[in-house]
Amino acid sequence: MIDLPFIYDAFVQLCSGIPLTLQLVAVSVASGAVLAIALAAMRLSSWPPLDLLARIYIFIFRGTPLLVQLYLIYYGLSQFPELRKTFLWPFLREAYWCAALALALNTAAYSAEIIRGGVLSVPAGQIEAARAYGMGGFTLIRRIIAPQALRQMLPGYSNEVILMVKSTALASTITMMEVTGLAAKLISATYRPVEIFIAAGAIYLLLNFIVSRLFKLFEYRLSAAQRQPLYRRAAGENA
Amino acid sequence: MMNAPLAPAVKISGLEKSYGAYKVLHSISFSANQGEVVSILGASGSGKSTLLRCINMLEVPDAGEISIHGESYRLTQRSGFAPRVADPKQLLRLRSQATMVFQSFNLWSHLTILENLIEAPVHVQKRKRAECVAEAEALLERVGIADKRDFYPAHLSGGQQQRAAIARALAMRPKIMLFDEPTSALDPELVAEVLKVMRDLAAEGRTMLVVTHEMGFARDVSNRVLFLHKGLIEEDGHPEQVFSNPKSERFRQFISKHNA
Ligand SMILES: Nc1ncnc2c1ncn2[C@@H]1O[C@H](COP(=O)(O)OP(=O)(O)OP(=O)(O)O)[C@@H](O)[C@H]1O
Ligand SMILES: [Mg+2]
Repeated sequence: MIDLPFIYDAFVQLCSGIPLTLQLVAVSVASGAVLAIALAAMRLSSWPPLDLLARIYIFIFRGTPLLVQLYLIYYGLSQFPELRKTFLWPFLREAYWCAALALALNTAAYSAEIIRGGVLSVPAGQIEAARAYGMGGFTLIRRIIAPQALRQMLPGYSNEVILMVKSTALASTITMMEVTGLAAKLISATYRPVEIFIAAGAIYLLLNFIVSRLFKLFEYRLSAAQRQPLYRRAAGENA
Repeated sequence: MMNAPLAPAVKISGLEKSYGAYKVLHSISFSANQGEVVSILGASGSGKSTLLRCINMLEVPDAGEISIHGESYRLTQRSGFAPRVADPKQLLRLRSQATMVFQSFNLWSHLTILENLIEAPVHVQKRKRAECVAEAEALLERVGIADKRDFYPAHLSGGQQQRAAIARALAMRPKIMLFDEPTSALDPELVAEVLKVMRDLAAEGRTMLVVTHEMGFARDVSNRVLFLHKGLIEEDGHPEQVFSNPKSERFRQFISKHNA
């Protein structure tokens, strides 16, 4: 029998893992996005070696399980004594930074392809018009390409962020006490996995609900150009 | 030398351009004076767009010289490589002076019509926003779409989009306007409204280079016609003269095919 009060108690206890879960998401999504922009730029560059390098990176990080990447970073990096001497070591011996690194490297591979798709979706004629009107380099990217690419890639990218929220659960396998880590600890104390995993699942559902609403809102704000003018009038945007 | 009073608006000499092994333009030379409206005619693939695109360096020519109001584009070339523009600042300046209107409008779809008009003046020419907005509103009024100021391009008809694109070109305060088949993507009933705007521009003495298939425009509005065939100028003269008495046999055929 499902014990609702117990599920509720578990839910409340697991909530204390939310800050760590969100931190892992924020750190890895933010740094992953920076890396993804660089990778997408390499993929779009006209110099073949750069493109090839990015392709290889994406091939590896999309083609292997995140769990394997996480273990290789957490257990594997300590095998290199040289690394232990660098400034990176204080970070990389921490499970937290290993988890953040694995998540970031992984999401960068997927996001790079999403960004590339967004950039390629900008009509060539509009880019040509921008050049003809004297835009180039950073102005062209900032004023013409980025706003349109961003709008185009948002649905795909919101999927990626939702996947990242769920992927943080893997960090529990390397001692992180985020939502799933706390759930595992609670289970070993109570031997009631079903109720506790229901509570954990509910938390992820809630987080992802918020994530997807935020993206929807953002998407709405960026898509004025696609909406009917009368509808915009009614919404008071043209006042 | 720069801006000498008698310098032609556009001067092209020995212009050559190839794509790979295929030579599109063979040593084109001509100049257009200030206030001239030049119609450029020719069959599909004869190099009309390429010629126009060389004038604002959307395509960099392989050889030859192009100058706008007496100022020549500076190009550099390393041996074995295609020529490149040497001076980005100059490129920007000359592009602002010769603005292009495209066959498929190419308005920026994420910006409203007004924003389209002030985009380059504000972010390229670095002019004051308020001044650009005022000027843009006047231009929209002039091309008859003042009420579409806050609409996005997707919500305008083709003719309205092209008029907005012409206003965008005017907003740069250009010395020369380049039109690449501005009415070819339009439904027949929308062609007239765009041609009217272009007639008005011609009447106020603007320098215009117009690639077109509109024989009526070439005949009645322009004061000079160039006929391009396989990358060479085959006919060059006043419309009255070339239409009634063409020197080139191919232009004769071209006219009869377009029943002009
Ligand atoms: N970027 C390019 N790469 C390779 N070939 C090109 C390129 N642009 C144009 N060409 C070729 O150059 C030739 C001239 O093209 P251009 O666009 O100047 O012709 P056009 O006279 O404008 O024709 P249309 O009336 O169809 O617009 C064509 O044969 C075309 O296939
Ligand atoms: Mg053409």
